[in-house]
Amino acid sequence: MSYLEYNRETVPTGLSKVLYINWALVVLLVAVCSVGFLMLFSVAGGTLSPWAEPQMKRFALGLVLMFLVAMVPIYFWRNLALLAYLGSLLLLVFVELFGDIGMGAQRWIDLGFMRLQPSEVAKITLVMLLAAYYDWLDVGKTSRPLWVVLPVLIILVPTALVLRQPDLGTALLLVVGGAMVMFCAGVHWLYFGVVFASGAGLVTAVLASRGTAWQLLKDYQYRRIDTFLDPESDPLGAGYHITQSKIALGSGGWTGRGLMEGTQSRLNFLPEKHTDFIFTTLAEEFGFVGGVSLLLLYVLIIVFCVASALKNRDRFSSLLTLGIAGTFFLFFAVNMSMVMGLAPVVGVPLPLVSYGGSAMIVLLGAFGLVQSAHVHRPRGRG
Amino acid sequence: MRRAPKDTEESVRKITRRGLVMGGLMGGFATLLAGRMRYMQVEQADTFRLLAEENRIKFSLIPPERGLIFDRNGRPIAVNEQIYRVVIVPEDAGDIENTLARLRKIIPISDEEMAEALEEIRKSSPFLEYTIADRLSWQQLSEVAVNAPALPGISPEVGLSRHYPMLEDLAHVIGYVGRVSDYDLSKIEDPDPLLKLPQFQIGKTGVESKWEEPLRGKAGNRRIEVNASGRVMRELDRQQGVSGTDLQLTIDSQLQNFVQARLGDESASAMVMDVTNGDLLAIGSAPSFDPNLFVRGISVADYRGLTEDDHRPLANKAAQGLYPPGSTFKMVTALAAVEAGVVTAGETFYCPGHKEVSGRRFHCWKRSGHGWVDLDASLQQSCDVYYYELALKAGIENISAMAKKLGIGVRHDVPMSAVAEGIAPTKAWKAERYDQDWVVGDSLNASIGQGFVLASPLQLVVMASRLASGTQIEPRLIKSVDGRETEVKGLEPLDISPTALQQVRKGMYNVVNSSRGTARSSRIVAEGMTMAGKTGTSQVRSVVVRNQDVPWEQRDHALFVAFAPYDNPKYAVSVVVEHGGGGSAVAAPIARDVMLQALYGGLPPLEAYPKASRWQVQEMRKDLKLREDLRQEASDRA
Repeated sequence: MSYLEYNRETVPTGLSKVLYINWALVVLLVAVCSVGFLMLFSVAGGTLSPWAEPQMKRFALGLVLMFLVAMVPIYFWRNLALLAYLGSLLLLVFVELFGDIGMGAQRWIDLGFMRLQPSEVAKITLVMLLAAYYDWLDVGKTSRPLWVVLPVLIILVPTALVLRQPDLGTALLLVVGGAMVMFCAGVHWLYFGVVFASGAGLVTAVLASRGTAWQLLKDYQYRRIDTFLDPESDPLGAGYHITQSKIALGSGGWTGRGLMEGTQSRLNFLPEKHTDFIFTTLAEEFGFVGGVSLLLLYVLIIVFCVASALKNRDRFSSLLTLGIAGTFFLFFAVNMSMVMGLAPVVGVPLPLVSYGGSAMIVLLGAFGLVQSAHVHRPRGRG
Repeated sequence: MRRAPKDTEESVRKITRRGLVMGGLMGGFATLLAGRMRYMQVEQADTFRLLAEENRIKFSLIPPERGLIFDRNGRPIAVNEQIYRVVIVPEDAGDIENTLARLRKIIPISDEEMAEALEEIRKSSPFLEYTIADRLSWQQLSEVAVNAPALPGISPEVGLSRHYPMLEDLAHVIGYVGRVSDYDLSKIEDPDPLLKLPQFQIGKTGVESKWEEPLRGKAGNRRIEVNASGRVMRELDRQQGVSGTDLQLTIDSQLQNFVQARLGDESASAMVMDVTNGDLLAIGSAPSFDPNLFVRGISVADYRGLTEDDHRPLANKAAQGLYPPGSTFKMVTALAAVEAGVVTAGETFYCPGHKEVSGRRFHCWKRSGHGWVDLDASLQQSCDVYYYELALKAGIENISAMAKKLGIGVRHDVPMSAVAEGIAPTKAWKAERYDQDWVVGDSLNASIGQGFVLASPLQLVVMASRLASGTQIEPRLIKSVDGRETEVKGLEPLDISPTALQQVRKGMYNVVNSSRGTARSSRIVAEGMTMAGKTGTSQVRSVVVRNQDVPWEQRDHALFVAFAPYDNPKYAVSVVVEHGGGGSAVAAPIARDVMLQALYGGLPPLEAYPKASRWQVQEMRKDLKLREDLRQEASDRA
């Protein structure tokens, strides 16, 4: 497999690669993870024990993984993309059959030292395969219907598998993340327009058909929509959590109540306070300043990734970097929308901050890919 | 795979454009998030801070009071008793294990209960209260109340629990309530949040289960403000729940009590139905059980005792039990033949004691034969051969259609558990069920209520009611709902010629009252209360029976259907005694006693009985009295 843009003479080799790593990105990632450690320390009531410590260990593991991945030439990852994608599908099927029950949905594979969530891996391998696909495809064919249908199928297979679990949050990330790669690859605007319009049409139809003879959803599903729109209407279910989350977040004010001064008693109602709702605690304890600072770190990570993508000279590197940046963005955007009551609760963690080993390790691995693309970029001589 | 440089240039430009657009969109959304954060944390901060600072809102569901159930005279059948219990709100308890350990020093909690409580609490949401102990004495309750400061999150409460004052008298009809199981929840789409309250009880069987939703009512809920230390500041609002619907059954509890007592230890059922409006006055099924055991949570040993008893106390034999109706089915065959025009009431057939059909010999129960019999005599002496002749002429389809017309092989709409459909066989039915052709012998067997025919006591009493009233009367168990009378169904006349019906009724009159009738000893001699009926004895076959090696299990079932008064029918009765022997000897006396009790609305005078049987009646009454006293004693002890 020859590689046009890949030119041994202009690409760093050996140990000198370390010099070309995007160190700014590394610093940002470490900063975000540190915020996570601090918050986990805080929600545990000022101890490292249940969450912060294991999270640090996994972070170390993830960091090592990131550097290892970064050292491997990017074309190797491109050639591996299809295999990796198929492998993650296999893992998804495997949890469907044998997964331990975690949180009422089958999502884990227990590796002993950590629990692997295949759906986490799938988010990345999907982006990899799509990037490789557009790298292989003639640019002229990008918008032809047949060549548009194929990536759509590539997206829908893992989506269908995670929906069976059922894991709405991951399904959302797969579909939108995949669409982002297609968008960046230059698929014609109209396709997105049509999909968007039909989606909007479907939502309108679902809402409009309520109470009529040809009602599209069951009554209770409409009630869930009500709960999202008006949390107060479901006093015992998800609505309660959202109401409480908003109260805690809103009461943080400008600068918050201070570390561990968040009214823990009030957050005791939240079963997910160390995972999905960790941003609530952050915003309560560090206020608007703290919340926006974290958001800024996230945005900077996106900015550095996009900047790196624009400098990459081959489609695979660029699309992969953009896709990973997009997926990362979706993670924090959906989670924050959730805890602020802008989106229904679908169970998406706050990336690199929420407690959860596999998400963190996989994400750091993914940033390893971004680094690899960055390091192995052909640079002019001298 | 080499690409032309232009391609690459072009694609790089495209990716750059699109990448920037996407980056812009992401940046835009991040700005939106920051704006929302600012709105909540800066502009609305005071509102939220107020909400957070002084209090938080607690919700609690107020379980509605379950609807009451009364009998036709307003006597309570299912009520809600006050019980004292102790509940815990996990959210307020802090260290639950510790708190429970302290509680155990005050009231006894077994290790299993402990484990179960911890498990349940772990599963449910922390602001739902969980009942740790119920049915406490006043003494225990006050001790808990006194120690309240040391028991955070624990409060003594007065709750309601279902109670069935009739004990085992109506267990099969009324059913019982029990805790909601995961299985129950899995069957309900979008269950009421009430059902998720730990220890909430719903109807499991019988009327309690069939009328579950109306009986349950709607939960109320209240929102209270609690300050940071957990003290209730004020009630924000309270939505009053709606109590469950009250039901009135058509059952007459006094008569029901008599029926159960009269059935005694037999494995039997007896039903009384008002032929004028379909009211089911009594639905006896013996032996029975105490439904209150299930409400409290039955012990494994007790439950095993009930399930392993060969008299099957848990089964509602009146509605679920299916038996070959035997000779009680002969009215159906007779009407089918007369209506089909193949025979007249006066027409006679010769009974030599058996009938040869296609090389097989079908016997009459009287081996010496009945000689010449017409319709009237055939019923009166229950001659089998006469019905073989009718079956050959009328054919199975006519017989089956007539059976359904009279309510056999039809699932009646009565709110009891597992109401059986029975079988009024046809050629098509046999083809589907056994994949075999209908043979003439099948028709002969069916004509005398054997073979494939199966009926429940409920269907037999409906048949008797329809014969007596000449209407398509449907059984009714619910008399009124929240004080509104339910409608009577089936007052339209049957499309059977009144003459034919009268001929059959006359035959039934003679069964009980003529000198040669099979049930003569069970006649009623009181003026204007004459009873008409039909005996039946059905052979026990492997269809109905398990444990065939037990002698009791191999005896025939005894059946009797009847109505009275003959001139102006009021009540119909059906009695089935499993493995009781002959219908005339065992089932008819029970039917007669039950019928008299219904007609007199209480204990009938001895003069209503024929002289010969009065001493037996006195003996029986002594027995019943003794049983009643024993039961009284037992319930006093409990």
